[in-house]
Amino acid sequence: MEKEPAKPSSASLLQDALALPLPQSYLNFVGRQSFRLLQTIQGVGAFALITLGVTFTKFNTAWRVTHPLIRAEIERAGVRLLPGVLFLGIALGLVIVGQTVSLLTKIGAEQYAGSVMVTVLVRELGPLAAALLVMARVGTAIVIELGLSRAQGEVEALEALGIDPVHYLVMPRVIGLAAAIFSLTVYLIITAVVSGYLFVFLQDVPLLPAAYFNQIAQALVWQDFLLLGLKTVTYGTIIAVVTCYHGLAQRLRLEEVSDATTAAVSQCVVGCVFADALFILVYLLM
Amino acid sequence: MSTADSSPAAPLLELVEADIASAGNLELTLIRGVSWRLLPGEYWAVGGLQWSGKSDWLATVAGLQRPAAGKQFLFGESPEVLRQSDLVVDRQRIGLVFENGGRLFGQMSVRQNVALPLCYHQNCPPEDTREAVATVLALTGLTELADEPASQLNRSWRQRAALARALVLRPEVLLLDNPLAGLDPRQVRWWLDLLGALNAGHPWLAGKPLTLVATTDDLRPWRTRAHQFALLQSGRWCSLGGRAEMAAHTEPALEDLMTL
Repeated sequence: MEKEPAKPSSASLLQDALALPLPQSYLNFVGRQSFRLLQTIQGVGAFALITLGVTFTKFNTAWRVTHPLIRAEIERAGVRLLPGVLFLGIALGLVIVGQTVSLLTKIGAEQYAGSVMVTVLVRELGPLAAALLVMARVGTAIVIELGLSRAQGEVEALEALGIDPVHYLVMPRVIGLAAAIFSLTVYLIITAVVSGYLFVFLQDVPLLPAAYFNQIAQALVWQDFLLLGLKTVTYGTIIAVVTCYHGLAQRLRLEEVSDATTAAVSQCVVGCVFADALFILVYLLM
Repeated sequence: MSTADSSPAAPLLELVEADIASAGNLELTLIRGVSWRLLPGEYWAVGGLQWSGKSDWLATVAGLQRPAAGKQFLFGESPEVLRQSDLVVDRQRIGLVFENGGRLFGQMSVRQNVALPLCYHQNCPPEDTREAVATVLALTGLTELADEPASQLNRSWRQRAALARALVLRPEVLLLDNPLAGLDPRQVRWWLDLLGALNAGHPWLAGKPLTLVATTDDLRPWRTRAHQFALLQSGRWCSLGGRAEMAAHTEPALEDLMTL
């Protein structure tokens, strides 16, 4: 009777698998993605530098044409999103602030309520939530409208008329989004703080309004205001530059516009998270 | 040789041994070795079948696209050495009417489309351009449609609006990319009459003759209107000369553009 070969153990299977060379297609995939990532970083970086250069050197050029465009962008990205931001602020206040204060009071640590709220709301959640809302509502629209403009040759028409497309199309969006995210963040923080106290009040937590707001005021330092402004302007610039880049940098076919929008959204999120990480370093050094 | 000479006979636009690349793929050369100069007051009709590179040639002539090889001059200066501000000034001296509806800004009205270049370059509110815009709209027969969104117009009216937008800056050179494509005979006559009047010296341009270059895939309407003719075929530029020379020309490709 022939002897049945012994079954290999799981440890030897693992060793065999590790000894195998990586599939070439997988390496090719990683290589392609890395190369594409580097190309995107280079493209967005160059576009950002051009945009900043145009913004600083041509801010007052043809201002009777471009400044109304900036105001229109602030209205679209800021004023029209105000109801949504107020709703988000109320929700954040009830869910996060109210519960946090209630919990801290229960464990006798209510003296930390101000610090917790400043850290969570002013430094982190407020700017990021406002930026993500603007990106979802306005950033995606920017990719689509600029992508369609490019696909229909309107950008070349601007150049033929001697109008710089970066000055006319990109600069108002960058300034508009930066201003809108800053303003919306301020409204979001104020709404969250007030609605948070309402939740605290409804739960019969023994915390007077004066003590509540006093804690927050004491936890805030002047650097918080400066960094809040810088952070929101950075988020607005990142979102506007990345979305305009994807709409304008290359001539899109109509069917490519949706893919460009998806790519822009994911790159905006990554860009904002990286910027947030840099600001966390600054906060830690404070 | 410097081409910066500003004597009356100095060419307005010039290509020297220029290779014309495709706008969609700059590594693809469509036309090789174009040497051509545009003098003041000339009226060119440049024929070529579809995909012969007419639009890319026109974009290169207008300075919107760099030639893949050779030299290009706008009003005697190479765009490569011009400062951005000078290039903007040169662009205002060249009107360009794109084909297929003129690439208007669809979200704006006809009036806003026409007023935009004036407002931008003169840094003025739209109210200050009302008179000039109204004159150009009347010239192009668009007064009734002034407040219509550009995207709502049909192609022939959009093409007229693009002409109005190009004329509002009172250019010295007008480049037209296949302006008669898809128009009915009445519209064709209107275009040829107006272009002839502009070339002869229209009051809108203070009587100064407008230099014209039109590309076309049908040379028949132009043979009694344009003054100089050329062909783009098989990747090369072929200058045909004036009306008499064209009539006597034996270029085989000419037949494709002159017969049905």
